[in-house]
Amino acid sequence: MSAETSNKPHILPLSVYFGVAAVLLVMTFVTVWAASFDFGEYNVIIAMVIAVFKASLVALIFMHLFWDNKIYSVAFVSSLVFLGFFLTLTMYDTLNRGDIYTERDRPIVPAAVIYESLEPAAGESETIVEDSLSQDEFEDESDSTDTSAEDEDWGFE
Amino acid sequence: MNTLPYKTYLNSPTGIKSWLLTKDHKRIGLMYLMAISLFFLVGGALALVMRLELFSPGEQFISAQTYNQLFTLHGAIMIFLFIIPSIPAALGNFILPMQLGAVDVAFPRLNLASWYVYVVGAIMALGAIVIGGVDTGWTFYTPYSVQTKGAITLIVMAVFVLGFSSIFTGLNFIATVHKMRAPGMTWFKMPLFCWGIYATAIIQVLATPVLAITALLLVLERGVGIGIFDPKMGGDPVLFQHFFWFYSHPAVYIMILPGMAIISELMATFSRKPVFGYKAVAYSSLAIALLSFVVWGHHMFTSGQSELSAMIFSFLTFSVAIPSAVKVFNWMSTMYRGSISFDVPMLYALAFLFLFTIGGLTGLFLGTLAVDLHLHDTYFIVAHFHYTMMGGTVIAFLGGLHYWWPKIWGRMYSEKWARISWALVFIGFNATFIPQFIMGSQGMPRRYFNYLDQYQPMHAFSSVGAYILGLGFLIMVVYLWHSVKNGPIAGSNPWGASTFEWTHSTSPPDPHNFKEQPVCDHEPYPYATTIFKSTNPYEMDDSDK
Amino acid sequence: METSTATTGHEERPEFLQHHFATAQQQRETSKLGIWIFLVTEVLFFGGLFCFYAVYRSWYPEMFHEAHKLLNVSLGATNTVVLITSSLTMALAIRSMQVGSKKWTMINLGMTLALAGTFLVIKFIEYSHKIHEGLVWGKFFTFGEIDATNPHLFFSVYFAMTGLHGIHVIAGMITISWMMYRTSKNHFSADYYTPIEMTGLYWHLVDLIWIFLFPMLYLVG
Repeated sequence: MSAETSNKPHILPLSVYFGVAAVLLVMTFVTVWAASFDFGEYNVIIAMVIAVFKASLVALIFMHLFWDNKIYSVAFVSSLVFLGFFLTLTMYDTLNRGDIYTERDRPIVPAAVIYESLEPAAGESETIVEDSLSQDEFEDESDSTDTSAEDEDWGFE
Repeated sequence: MNTLPYKTYLNSPTGIKSWLLTKDHKRIGLMYLMAISLFFLVGGALALVMRLELFSPGEQFISAQTYNQLFTLHGAIMIFLFIIPSIPAALGNFILPMQLGAVDVAFPRLNLASWYVYVVGAIMALGAIVIGGVDTGWTFYTPYSVQTKGAITLIVMAVFVLGFSSIFTGLNFIATVHKMRAPGMTWFKMPLFCWGIYATAIIQVLATPVLAITALLLVLERGVGIGIFDPKMGGDPVLFQHFFWFYSHPAVYIMILPGMAIISELMATFSRKPVFGYKAVAYSSLAIALLSFVVWGHHMFTSGQSELSAMIFSFLTFSVAIPSAVKVFNWMSTMYRGSISFDVPMLYALAFLFLFTIGGLTGLFLGTLAVDLHLHDTYFIVAHFHYTMMGGTVIAFLGGLHYWWPKIWGRMYSEKWARISWALVFIGFNATFIPQFIMGSQGMPRRYFNYLDQYQPMHAFSSVGAYILGLGFLIMVVYLWHSVKNGPIAGSNPWGASTFEWTHSTSPPDPHNFKEQPVCDHEPYPYATTIFKSTNPYEMDDSDK
Repeated sequence: METSTATTGHEERPEFLQHHFATAQQQRETSKLGIWIFLVTEVLFFGGLFCFYAVYRSWYPEMFHEAHKLLNVSLGATNTVVLITSSLTMALAIRSMQVGSKKWTMINLGMTLALAGTFLVIKFIEYSHKIHEGLVWGKFFTFGEIDATNPHLFFSVYFAMTGLHGIHVIAGMITISWMMYRTSKNHFSADYYTPIEMTGLYWHLVDLIWIFLFPMLYLVG
């Protein structure tokens, strides 16, 4: 906050600049080196953690966010937050696209698994089906429509 | 006492060059006002042509292809060239620094640049009409926008350029609100207009860049075939809709928030009361700005996005109703036991309350997943967004225009004709769009050139309404134009308002806004403790008689 | 937060202070806020492309893995080093002006400019290789020796991201040149160097975006 309260600039010693640059260069080699191994799923995570670390150094030291008025940090972080909204909600769609079709394509099983699992209650599965139907209006309705396969999912979970 | 001040921003310095190179926010605001008014009239004329064509089914006097181009242009012009810059860039530019007690916006040169960028974008958009026309609708959905002939590339680049203009304005206003406030004016002493414009600016800055990249990718797709929106190459056209609506949904709040901001001012001034629940109204602007970013998927319920995210978007959409309702209820409470005067701006504010409530509530129908499947792409949608955009934003804009007109020009318009025009606009608007709600719920699809005979009576009704609306605007243009030179002198504060632009400045204002720096030492809208004397020439006439 | 705009006509106003600001401090803070908001728009501008990358990578992970092997890691890494070094020299240029050394400001800005040029040269070499082999975007993709679905999409992403970044590098070079011109004309001093500082912030953002582009495109694909 010192840069805020007085007009005198906050001058960092040269060693800080060179030190940060050295760390950034070393981290560049680390990330290249780490990429030569295959950690499977973790490849991306490792690379991104290193990138975030490097980016934070640039933002905090080179861009002076660490010492400046916090309003600049708030502005910058808000851009990342809104980018996060964008990515998350868009990918929530793209990753789950067509889920409903796998449900629809599943063969319609008149006697669903859930009812079989309830078998110990009685010998005649007929009565059990009726029992559960009367308990749950939702399933009652689905039984008579095409979308019954979709609703079956309730039973699987 | 009733003379215009000797030296105002309008007359010093003089000369066309002093206007084209001005860095004065008031002149830039006025230049914006001229430009957007022009485009509003153009866009409105296009709508009237369409309504005439739709008067009865079948081809009347324009072809189906022309009709497609007309509705595209009507949408694109109204949205990108009129509504988005309307309140922030025209009235906001003029009023915001004055309400804050500042000499100018934070970056005057950038402000001027934004106007020129806007003009360049507008010329590009008009160029697109001339060289081939655009028939995609203002949304430019892929894959049609990639395949169709016409000047899509040019108009999309125009949108890109106009986006920059919008970003410049938003950036400028955020910095202005943060850094240019008068001594003593803390955040919660700002008039609510400033809060609304600030929230708008946040959206402009955060959302518009995504529109820019979307436009760029669409141009690349058309120009060099990068394939990201092309299913043939493994791309995904629905992704375009995500990109587009990530901007364009927040953009509808870019349109409505400044309208709400104006209504807050009008309610306080014409009820002679501080706005009820000032902080709630201020925070609700920010809440709307924030929520606007997480609801865009409700435009895509039928586009093939995943059902799961459709449900989430539907749920989130309802949350926007909360801050909107907070505002509406607080405005009502502001009027309660207020000393209400029904001047023309207040008439517009009341019309806003009525029309925006209809627009907002029908929005809830559409946010409901199951109902939307039925109503999607029907006239119901058309009627809904005209109730929010026109019944909301444009009516609020007109309210603001009539409110600040004496400040801008120093003269009053004819009150009688203003009331007549208001009535025509209000009646014409409802006559145009209520039938569209009904037709939409009965299944009349939007953007169609032709329709079944059963819709004919309501289409005809709607067309007649549109022409009543057009007549209202025609009268408005005439009396406003007439008032610029011939209206009675308004005096510095004709409405007895409480904010700096009225209390500390002449009408029209001094080139430097204030003779001396205003200092804020009171709560916003201090009607309880201070008497603000009205200089309205009409009211004076009454008392003299 | 101080937000005084009181016009103090009798006090001495420095030459660089614009008429609508009350103090040099107010002007400096306003400018910095402005440039930070601009950087916010830049983040979201690139954000669209990051979204584009993330969506297609999640749809075609194997293809991204196969295709990224066709990029030249050593050239990419060299460019990373070049850009980080240029960020250092940019930061040093600002510091030099803070301590009032016009000479070192010029030297550091010059080095930044040279490094930015180097970056573009290396990028040009990469591009010409790729274009030569037919490893390009969308419908112009002609490279045959890759066993994956829709490999052209990876190169659409690659060219869109690095191309847009490259345009930003060019814009940065123009701005830096302009700063060098203004420095040579003695527009700046230890009291007033805001334009250099703003150029620096922009340049660091260009570096920052590359810090993400490099591993995303060259290393993990």
